[in-house]
Amino acid sequence: MSRPPSTAIPRSTMVTSAATRRSVLRGIGLSGLAVGGASLLAACGGDSGGPATGSGATVKFGINEAEGAGAAHDRLAAIAQAYAKESGTKVDLNAVDHNTFQESINTYLQGTPDDVFTWFAGFRMSQFAENGLITDLSDQWPIDGLNDSFKQASTASDGKQYFVPISYYPWAVFYRKSVFEKNGWAPPSSNDEFMALMDDMQGKGVTPFAFGDKDGWPAMGTFDILNMRLNGFDFHMSLMAGDEAWDGDEVKGVFDTWRKLLPYHQADPLGRTWQEAATSMGKGECGMYLLGTFVVDALGENGEDLDFFTFPELDSSIGSDALDAPIDGFCVASAGKNQDAGKAMAKWLGSAAAADAGNNAADAPFIAANSGASTSTYSDLQKKSAEVVGAAANIAQFMDRDTNADFANTVMIPSIQEFLKNPDDIDGVTASIQEQANSIFG
Amino acid sequence: MTHLDEAPRSEKTEKAVAPAQGREKKLPGRDRLTVIVMVAVPLVLVVLLVWVPALLSVALSFGKWNGFGDLDTIEWVGFQNYQDIFTIYPAFWPAVQHNLIWLGFLFLLPTVLGMLLAVVLDREMRGSRFYQTAFYMPVVLSLALIGFIWQLFYSRDQGLINQVFHSEVDWYGDPDINLWAVLVATAWRHTGYIMLIYLAGLKGVDASLREAAAVDGANEVKTFFQVIFPVMRPINMVVIVIVVIESLRAFDLVWVINKGRNGLEVIGALVAQNVIGEATRYGFGSALAVIMMLISSIFITIYLRTVFREERQR
Repeated sequence: MSRPPSTAIPRSTMVTSAATRRSVLRGIGLSGLAVGGASLLAACGGDSGGPATGSGATVKFGINEAEGAGAAHDRLAAIAQAYAKESGTKVDLNAVDHNTFQESINTYLQGTPDDVFTWFAGFRMSQFAENGLITDLSDQWPIDGLNDSFKQASTASDGKQYFVPISYYPWAVFYRKSVFEKNGWAPPSSNDEFMALMDDMQGKGVTPFAFGDKDGWPAMGTFDILNMRLNGFDFHMSLMAGDEAWDGDEVKGVFDTWRKLLPYHQADPLGRTWQEAATSMGKGECGMYLLGTFVVDALGENGEDLDFFTFPELDSSIGSDALDAPIDGFCVASAGKNQDAGKAMAKWLGSAAAADAGNNAADAPFIAANSGASTSTYSDLQKKSAEVVGAAANIAQFMDRDTNADFANTVMIPSIQEFLKNPDDIDGVTASIQEQANSIFG
Repeated sequence: MTHLDEAPRSEKTEKAVAPAQGREKKLPGRDRLTVIVMVAVPLVLVVLLVWVPALLSVALSFGKWNGFGDLDTIEWVGFQNYQDIFTIYPAFWPAVQHNLIWLGFLFLLPTVLGMLLAVVLDREMRGSRFYQTAFYMPVVLSLALIGFIWQLFYSRDQGLINQVFHSEVDWYGDPDINLWAVLVATAWRHTGYIMLIYLAGLKGVDASLREAAAVDGANEVKTFFQVIFPVMRPINMVVIVIVVIESLRAFDLVWVINKGRNGLEVIGALVAQNVIGEATRYGFGSALAVIMMLISSIFITIYLRTVFREERQR
């Protein structure tokens, strides 16, 4: 990655994503299945000696899951409780609906934010760091059980850490085991097998891919994976950073491949939510669905009949060792009142104890970033996720986390939808994206 | 100000006793204070809450700013935002078109229908209260709920309409259809609103006018169009303004459905897309808002000119 460090936006992405991912996964692989975080508990409790922590102190904790949102909220609430018990600090929980939290993040951080808040690794985190909205946590790193790859994912463009990861989830191709068994299908390992599988599905009256893009973001996952398979991970990250042309042959190639794959997807995706698409895969009307592991949530079951494989290779010189696996975690807000307490809590949140506290309290666990966290509550799907992500050479964070939010929301969502409406006008769509990218990336 | 000037004068002519010489020009101290306060307070509020933000939006529309840091981080780009909107922003022209369609549709269907319902319900038929409530219900429902209700009808795979008719129409996803689907949902809401306004207007019409018309031998239809409708002129004006404003600021339902993308672009939603939420193109969004403001002021100017012209003629 020897790109000139001058360009305004690319810089941050380079650090948070590009350099990062290769090693990220190696580390995660090792971590995923290790058991036993008990020994780490001791390490976390005492080290927050500042006057602002311990009994009598209060730390405000903003989380992006509202009460009643199910396991996601229960985990975070349990983690907050565990920290309060462990450190004696009073934890003031501020639970906000997921989308509301995300959409008001700018005003939140520049107003009176909580000391510690939930956020994602990637470009946006780095952008907040560049603008001084989040606190430098480099004095809290390294954190036991979080390997170098996670440390790099937590690093902003200035080389310092501003983030503490807690969990992650992969995007992959999901399918029903029972449906595959009944039809004698198997996960494809090459492009030929992949095409043969899809043809066979169509022959049996099953739509190969469920597909819904009413909300605009799910199709980004398809673009990401096709771009990584056709042009490689490095190109993908540098495209996200605004360093590559959107109207070049590489991106046109991605759209062209996508166009050829569209007949294997559910028709009329723009009126369908991802939940509806997941339902049609669940009912066996569609064979497969490219989505994050949260697909389970839409099926109202624990996922025992679900399995997944990573998107097969399309170009043998590129391979299939890259994927989207967004990392969730925490930042400390610069405008938070109690910086010391915030930092101490952030460090603890990265511990195996924090992950275990969350996973033990909820019906559905997350895949912990910390290698010391217990995996005993994991479903088979999660154990496999940890393995697959660990085996991947490169990990991206998903388009809307890897690139400028203005660009992702106001240009890419409408443009991808335009492409899905009118797949034959690739030149028109890519030219329009490039024009708008010029305007936004400056 | 005309009213203020007139008030003391008429007082003087009516009761020659009270006001002393010179009152015509000068109000007593307390009255003056009252007048100053009554003018100044609303003026300050209007300037602070309307004009200052509006002018700031205009200023912001010439800059590029992501909302981080102080105002000095704004990069001034002149008319760049406007140029981008008119040339390379694919959503803009469809949005203008959709707003105009919205306007035309609201006038043609829900307004006329609302008027008709009002006339029918005004006739004290049995159960008219029940119907009133039923038709007005959509107006009081929250938009999130309305979006959800119509999703149940329109969903392509699981929606009621496609299930009943065994069709496969992509109501919300097909950009040629979804605008009309949304307009139907809007009409569902808007009709009740207009109906209520006209009902109130009809109750205010002097009953003797109807009787007189009936005595003169006019039938129901003729009575309505030649007597009642002209009498309700103020209500008609209110309705016109409401419809124009509602269609120019069309936003909420579209936003609930798909955030104003893919065939549902309207200017209000484009502004929101660029400044609310994670995207923070404040300059670009402001430029869109300014354009919206200009379009609205065209209609407002036309309206005000008509009103003033009539005032003068009277």
